[in-house]
Amino acid sequence: MLRLTMSDNSENLIEIQDLMYSRGTRVIFKDMNLTIKRGEVTALMGPSGTGKTTLLRLITRQLVPQQGRILVDGVDIASLNRRDLYKMRQRFGMLFQNGALLTDINVFENVAFPLREHTQLSNRLIRHVVLTKLHAVGLRGAADMMPAALSGGMARRVALARAMVMDPEILIYDEPFVGLDPISMGVIVRLVKRMNDVLGITSVIVSHDVAEVSTVADRSYLISDGKVAASGSPDELNAATSELVRQFMHGMADGPVAFHFDAPNYAEQLLGRDSE
Amino acid sequence: MKGLLQDLHSNVFEFVRTFGSFQIFFLRIIRHSPRVLLRRPGLVVKQIYNTGALSLVIIMVCGFFVGGVLGLQGYANLARFNAEDSVGTVVALALIKELGPVITALLFAGRAGTALASEIGLMKATDQLSAMEMMAVNPVRRVLVPRFLGGVIAMPLLVAIFTCTGLFGAHVVSIDLLNVDVGAFWQQMQLSVDIDDVYEGVLKSFVFGVVASLLAVWEGFNAIPTAEGVGRATTRTVVITAISVLILDFMITAVMI
Repeated sequence: MLRLTMSDNSENLIEIQDLMYSRGTRVIFKDMNLTIKRGEVTALMGPSGTGKTTLLRLITRQLVPQQGRILVDGVDIASLNRRDLYKMRQRFGMLFQNGALLTDINVFENVAFPLREHTQLSNRLIRHVVLTKLHAVGLRGAADMMPAALSGGMARRVALARAMVMDPEILIYDEPFVGLDPISMGVIVRLVKRMNDVLGITSVIVSHDVAEVSTVADRSYLISDGKVAASGSPDELNAATSELVRQFMHGMADGPVAFHFDAPNYAEQLLGRDSE
Repeated sequence: MKGLLQDLHSNVFEFVRTFGSFQIFFLRIIRHSPRVLLRRPGLVVKQIYNTGALSLVIIMVCGFFVGGVLGLQGYANLARFNAEDSVGTVVALALIKELGPVITALLFAGRAGTALASEIGLMKATDQLSAMEMMAVNPVRRVLVPRFLGGVIAMPLLVAIFTCTGLFGAHVVSIDLLNVDVGAFWQQMQLSVDIDDVYEGVLKSFVFGVVASLLAVWEGFNAIPTAEGVGRATTRTVVITAISVLILDFMITAVMI
């Protein structure tokens, strides 16, 4: 497997320094600093619309920051040319929110896709590796199915098998638990933890699912208003006294984060006086 | 007035920017093409099937009836001058030099161009292209170039098939229905159609293949990743390809005539 040779062996695998990113006039991140440690499971949490998926896209350079640096193993990922970026990306595995399976090939070929593109393995060996990964997510029997025939949860499990087929160093999960039934969720949570414990994979999870994330994460970051509002182990966040952290961790309607988007007075609007 | 000038300025700026991006996109496609042709010919063959073989029915049906109409019109008008034996010449020159390449390109835009644009647009909307990027696979090389090359290779073949079925349609109408002499039909055609006429048709079919395929992959790749965005990209593919093909046809004819 290709690896970029890095001189930096510090415990910080990903470092985000003074990140600034805006879309149009909307500032999404401002002076954000965040560290992801090697071999840990790190959770990025926060209310909807805080830019968690955008942050994942910045870490993987699908987007480029306007200011600040994102260092992966000591290398500023924005400074890489396309060839080096692709070498770097071979160290990543990413599970997209909707699976993002290629719809013109079947489940087996989807999982085999990175192997066929980047290795010279024989068909026999590819078959062995793919079936092993599909077995790990419980979908070995669905190898011949087309993506359109899968449920949302099944598609995400296939995408997880594809994300880990190249044995990446860093696995990035964008909302991995959405749409999974309790059995699949339990299996996937254990799989994430086992890959981390046994293979030493560094995992970054974006999720709203506080309860599930708490069982698997070593460290969590709560992102709000373009910055890290709180960080620590799940136990530390659960015990935090900050109103914002308590509201998010315990799912309370009242708190610093408004449930309602900015709107005119409800009664005035119903009576049609808001337009006068 | 100031607002009007500002609108004009932003529209001109946007046009120049888009045109520049389109040229860079074209160069990227061309740069990756030899490598894809040599190392991944299977991907190109699959796209020749998708854009070419799957368009055969519409091309052959339309070709037959266009040839039939040319035979009818040619016969009706040439008969006024007792020159109905020349109907083969009229049909052949019209099909080989003009109608074959132009109508095939328009049909290609409607059948294969829209399929390409919507497929690529949907791949973008469902993060499939981003997923490829994350798997360190260049989507331009893996998705766009094979589709572009498939269209470029398929177009001259489709034009040849359209022209042949057109001639067959004209043969059926002129000889079997209108009793034009079969010997005169083919002999007049052989005497009048020059190899340069065939070259002109081949050149046009190649140029239209490049234009139609390039516009389809460009529109799909730059589609706004929503249902509405993909729909608009598909529509734009047909409209811009049709306009481009007709303008280019005029320009090539003006140069070669």
